[in-house]
Parts: sequence; structure tokens; C-alpha cells
Amino acid sequence: MALILSDIACVYAAGTSLASTALDGVSLTISQGDLVLVLGPTGAGKTTLLRAAAGLLPVSRGSAEVDGLPASGRGSTRGAVGLVFQRPESQFFSLSVEDDCAFGPRNLGRSPGEALVDAREALAAVGLDPSTFGPREPWSLSGGEARRAALAGVLAMRPRYLLLDEPTAGLDAAGRQAVCAAVEEARTRAGVLVVTHDADSFLGTADRVLILRGGRPAFDGDVPALLRELPRLAVAEDLDPPEVPRTLMLARESGLLPPGPLTLDVESAADLLAAARPGGER
Amino acid sequence: MIRFDSVSFRYRGDAPLALDGVCLTLEAGELVAVVGANGSGKSTLARLCDGLLAPTSGSVTVDGLDSVDPASLWKVRSMVGMVFQDPDDQIVGTVVEEDCAFGPENLGLPSDEIRVRVDSSLRAVGLDGLERREPHLLSEGQKQRLAVAGALAMRPRYLVFDEPTAMLDPVGRRAVLEITERLAHSEGHGVLVVSHDISGVARADRVIGLAGGRVVFDGAPEGLMDDAPMLQRVGLSLPPAARLAAALRTRGFDVPAAAADAESVVASLWR
Repeated sequence: MALILSDIACVYAAGTSLASTALDGVSLTISQGDLVLVLGPTGAGKTTLLRAAAGLLPVSRGSAEVDGLPASGRGSTRGAVGLVFQRPESQFFSLSVEDDCAFGPRNLGRSPGEALVDAREALAAVGLDPSTFGPREPWSLSGGEARRAALAGVLAMRPRYLLLDEPTAGLDAAGRQAVCAAVEEARTRAGVLVVTHDADSFLGTADRVLILRGGRPAFDGDVPALLRELPRLAVAEDLDPPEVPRTLMLARESGLLPPGPLTLDVESAADLLAAARPGGER
Repeated sequence: MIRFDSVSFRYRGDAPLALDGVCLTLEAGELVAVVGANGSGKSTLARLCDGLLAPTSGSVTVDGLDSVDPASLWKVRSMVGMVFQDPDDQIVGTVVEEDCAFGPENLGLPSDEIRVRVDSSLRAVGLDGLERREPHLLSEGQKQRLAVAGALAMRPRYLVFDEPTAMLDPVGRRAVLEITERLAHSEGHGVLVVSHDISGVARADRVIGLAGGRVVFDGAPEGLMDDAPMLQRVGLSLPPAARLAAALRTRGFDVPAAAADAESVVASLWR
């Protein structure tokens, strides 16, 4: 039981003079409980990867499968995959937030009462109090509230695979924490793929990191391997490292810190810098 | 200056106040960040600056002109440029220079004046050389810079940015933040940036914190960074580099509270 992309390529406007290859040679497996992080600059193919995994975009080469069935086309298992777009607030159509969130579960055949319970639980999971926000009109929400409400609408369907495009963009600190907690909760029953520029929010809990550059994988591995390869990736792939390892790398370039391993942890990084100061730690 | 004098605003008669008794000023040459949790009234505040919204009570004036007076509304709007979160919402041209020229063309300016304004605006945001590029072939960061250039071509005295970096990768984010700083400090615009991006907050001359539609903080960024309960109240958390700076301070390093990125942390290690 997994969502498996095998050596896929995606070409937009294939067969025309405008054909452009957005993804090439990407493989990925997401099982229940996994958190896979996809990083890379804008235009690297991250959103295309999500669309291919959700079956919204047929692959030009390779295969995209969900639990052994094709991700798109006849015989696909679309209900198994939940996708939250980068601007999910544009998807609202109901008169109340809770009704909007209940739409998905109702369409899966749950009774209106069950669907409403699912919707309210999902709203609470993203940090929106269902008694306050449930009855609100979706378009009366602020940008950050709307983004979380839209995520709740997908969580309420309890998909086996959850695909999130920039889920923390525009959110305040509490909103980011709520989304990270909701992702962790979803992992107890789903595999999660997060496309993000906000690596710092998710790197601590990710199982695997895929970095795309120009549609091709520039790195594919776990977080310890990523930390080992960061200096090379920063130079060879022009990758922007997370802030804590970046600080250590800058300190090394400035001769303030001897060569050694990198860390994401703030206290460990401070210890490394303190031990390296002239005269050692005070 | 842009002046908010006891401004309150509600979206509908029965809706709660989105802004409640807000007083603030933005002067030319000043970079002011507006922070606040989701739903605290930041975007409402931004839209009041140029009369896109009218205060329910209180007044907004721009260089002394009332933002809701029909006699001065157009003058006010010409003085205040707006840049929103998603540049695709405000790009209308088929090539970069045409998009940038859209505003000045609508003012009926002579073509040589439009040319001068387009060239200088694109230069100001580092898009010179891409004049004939189609906007959809730009990166998101470049698109946001094009949106800034379009606003600049109107020669506004004040610029209001609503979450300009939310959709950008780190490289695009840094480029846009550097532009906001330069526009205020080198070009003399009054710049208001609504943001959750704390690295943008650290660059500001002054930070205004909103909670529940009220101003709960108005002061220097260092004062906010040092005040953990206030940071939480206005929906911010310290970025990893600032948490590292705090951890280094407890180990005897002289790292300032405003150090919010790797460069400023490392620079302070030299001292």
C-alpha cells in the first residue's frame, strides 16, 4: 500500500512547439506514516509533481500508482488522495465554513451528521475553533484563516495520502504550528507529501527530502544525509540551506568554526560555536 | 505622511470591528512593518491606506488629504502604490515593459515620459534587460518585482505591501525585502510592509503590532524581538537564526536581539 512514482516525466503542451518538460526522472514512494518533503526554487517542478501524484496530470513517461492502481485515468483511486492547492481559499463555495468542510466527506457517502462531525474535528485540528469559525462565511475569513479552513476540508475526508502545496505560506506562528500538528496527526493514518519553501517547519520530522532543480532530482535522501551534503548542494545546486546550518556554514567560511558536521538543532549549533571561540566556552 | 487617526472599521453593520481605534503614522523615507496574527486586521489596515476601504469612524489622511473625500480620492490613490501577495493578481501586460507602462498610460502621459518611468522603475527592481520577457515566463520573485515596478511607475510617495513575500522562495524573498529597504532608505518613499516574515520585520525602522484590530506594539524591531510574550501576541515566532542568536547570548556572545538571519549572527561573532 503506497503511492509510487516511478521514473516519471511530465511535459506540458507535449507535441507542440511550446512543449516544456516540467519533470524528468523523478521517483518517489510514500507509505502510511511517511512525511516526504519536496523542496526547490520556484519553477523547479514541485507543483507539477503534486499534480502528477494526485492524478490530475497524466505522466508522459514512467508510472504513477496509488495502492497498485493508476493515479489518473480509468480505474484510478482518486478518493484515496487529498490535495490542498497553493491558494486553497479560492476553492470555497458554501455559505458556512463547516458546510464547506463537510462537502468532501458527504461526497464520500458519509451521512450529513457524520460529515459535520468530521468537518468540526478537522477545523479543530488546524487550530480553528469550530464553534467560532464553523458558522462563519468563508469569504469573511482572513487569508491565513482561509488557508487553514481549506486544509481542514481535505483533512475531513481522511485521505490515505495527503498532498500539500505550501501549507504554511502566509500563516502566523500559531497557524504554522497548528498545520504542523495537523500533519503529524494525519500521519497516523496517511502518507503525507509537503511541497514547501518553509523547510524549517518540517525538516525536524521529515522522513525523506526530495530537492528538485529544473525538474530533476538534485537530492533524494533522509535528513542526516541532507545535512552531510548541504555544503556541496549549496555550491553545486545553488541551494538555500535552512538558517541554522547556513549560519554554521557561514561561520566556517569566515574561519570562525573548524570543519565538522552540521545540525538543525539551535542548542547544538550554539554549543559548536561556543566551543570554537578563542579561549573555548566561557 | 500617511496618518491614521482613531480609525475603526467593520466590513458590515453586524460584523465585529476589524480595526478598533488605530492611530499610526508613516513618513516619507520610513520603512514600517505591520505584524499581527491571522485575522488581526493587517490587510484591512493596508487597504485603508489608499482609500480602497473607507474608515467606519476616524480618519485616514495622506499628506493632509482625506482618503474618503471624493475631491481628493484620486490624488490620494496616485500618492499611494499598492503591492499585493500574489503578483498574478496585478499583472496585466503581455510583456514586462508593457505591464509596467499600464498605469502611466492610463494617466495619459506622453510616450517619452512613460518610457522614462518604465525604464527607471524596471531598473529599480533589477528587471532591466527583461523588458520584452512575457510575464508568465518570469519566476515568482521576478513577478513580484514586476508588480513593484508597476506601482513605482506611478511615482507614488508611499508604497504599501501586503504580504509581498508569502509566495516566494528564499532567494525571491530576500530580493523583495532588499527592494523595500532601498525604496525607503535610498529613494525616500514611505514604505509599509504587512508581513509574517520576521526577517523583513528586522529590517524595518519601526514595527506596528496588531492584535484583535488594535495596535498593541509600536516601536523598534529590537524591542519586539526581545519581548517573547509580545511576539506571541502578534503572531510571530523567532526564526531559527534569531533563536540561535538568543542561545549564543546565553553562552556569553554579544549578539544583538535584532540579528534574525545567518549573516547578522555571524557578523556579530567577529566582534
